Amino acid sequence: MSETFTAKIWVLGDDIDTDIIMPTEYLALKNVEDMKPYAFSPLRPELAALIGPGDMIVAGKNFGCGSSREQAPEVVKALGISCIVAKSYARIFFRNAINNGILLIENADLRDYVEEGGVAEVTPGEKIVYNGKEFKIAALPDNLLEILNAGGLVKAMRKRNGLD
Amino acid sequence: MGMTMAEKIIACAAGVESTKAGDIETVTLDRLMSNDGTTHLTIDMYNKLKHPHIADISKLVWIVDHNIPADSPKTAASHKKMRDFAREHGITYYEGDGVCHQLMMENHVRPGELIFGADSHTCAYGALGAFGTGVGCTDYLYAMVTGTSWLLVPETIRFNLHGELKNGATARDLILTIIGRISANGANYKAMEFAGEGLHTLNMADRIAVCNLCVEAGAKTALMEVDDIAMDYLKEHGREPKAVFKSDEDAVFSQVFDIDLSEIVPIVAKPHFVDNVVPATECLGVHIDEAFLGSCNNGRIEDLRLGAEVIKGKKVAPTVRFLVVPASRAVYNQAMKEGLLDIFIDAGAMIMNPNCSVCWGACQGVIGEGETLISTGTRNFKGRSGHKNSFVYLASAATVTASAIAGEITTADRI
Repeated sequence: MSETFTAKIWVLGDDIDTDIIMPTEYLALKNVEDMKPYAFSPLRPELAALIGPGDMIVAGKNFGCGSSREQAPEVVKALGISCIVAKSYARIFFRNAINNGILLIENADLRDYVEEGGVAEVTPGEKIVYNGKEFKIAALPDNLLEILNAGGLVKAMRKRNGLD
Repeated sequence: MGMTMAEKIIACAAGVESTKAGDIETVTLDRLMSNDGTTHLTIDMYNKLKHPHIADISKLVWIVDHNIPADSPKTAASHKKMRDFAREHGITYYEGDGVCHQLMMENHVRPGELIFGADSHTCAYGALGAFGTGVGCTDYLYAMVTGTSWLLVPETIRFNLHGELKNGATARDLILTIIGRISANGANYKAMEFAGEGLHTLNMADRIAVCNLCVEAGAKTALMEVDDIAMDYLKEHGREPKAVFKSDEDAVFSQVFDIDLSEIVPIVAKPHFVDNVVPATECLGVHIDEAFLGSCNNGRIEDLRLGAEVIKGKKVAPTVRFLVVPASRAVYNQAMKEGLLDIFIDAGAMIMNPNCSVCWGACQGVIGEGETLISTGTRNFKGRSGHKNSFVYLASAATVTASAIAGEITTADRI
């Protein structure tokens, strides 16, 4: 996962909790496809329908705080989000997202610079370019990169065990 | 260089002499708890594995507590999947016996253990000196199949407790005060460790309440030194420690806080963030529609005693639904023996079966549009306990019960 891509930006604030990303009310739905329309609904009910495949989320601090529910990163993935850039992540969400093969990038400055609807160019492990301005980003540790590149923890296990 | 409690427990579980914050270790888990919030997802993933295998069945504990009794055919199907799998594989299984973390404390957790729970409030186990941490179902599956996982060794924030709680303040007010001070991500990726002579003034219910809520500051785990009170609790419940660790004198902490317990006052966390805390006196008069006494945070016998003391001989306001939910069957039984349930029923409360109830907003007592709940639950996120346009205030058992009587937020000393 090192090739450069461009993505349309959706902007969210600080402390976007897992109950916002996937409200408890809809967890009993049969699968994550059914849950998709309700993603982020307590905060922005219109958002899930507007997000297109390959779009990115740019958010503030403590993204994904709260519950360990894995439906939260699953629904983000199902919406086709290419990556999330946040000032910081809550740790359970961080692990869950990587385990589901979602690219997470930590950056303190991008959130306060971008506008919703804008387009950014992302080179994982290297930089993000927005309106000609460059934001340096760090590479993930090797063990997380292995999981991410395989498309999630279960797939990484299968690969490691020679099953795929 | 000395090690912290967290570093010692991880080193022990990794089979290495020493480790330090920032290292990544492969650990063998001592116990793996999962509940009906996500176990059905774990089972689905497990069944898709090419070579399904469970490393050590005896370490698994599965608990149905989030949606019990089932409220829909979908929930019933999810429980059946969990029940059938547990029976088929011989997994330790509870259904209707209580909230997962309370049952783990009563029956399983031992000092020195490293425990994964597929629930964010697993950090509660630090009250017994165990490293409990919340994971999602994929991490849980990996640990279930391999018996191991990887962990980034966390830095530790140390809280030295001094003095004694007074002025109607409880352990819930203490931890809300701390979260307010360090913020909702103030301990992100870190361990929160509690020690000092003030710790010995807190009973086990207090300690579990403090550790349980540390994830609301982002903590990876919470840890308390194991003293006579913790050892007595362990003995009463028929268990021995795995190992008793405490941080070395020269251990490195990322931050140290000294907390004077006597300065803590009743606190309320206002919507929609747990760190949005103010003294309860600043919320006096806020109208409430529902009050909830229960959850993994404050559903223990000590909390029910506190609530019963406040409400004895008084009535729940006619405009309020008051839900009282003992955290386990043991707590329920004890409350019955002590006559506490009579006190609540006579006052007009509803006593529910042990479960997560309105705290997680999908089982019982959910609130409607524009309604306000005061709760001893764990979170007050937007929409957490019902309609997206509803409001949750978090407070202690005393403040919640007093507010149920008044029909608006108030403190116990004003009733």
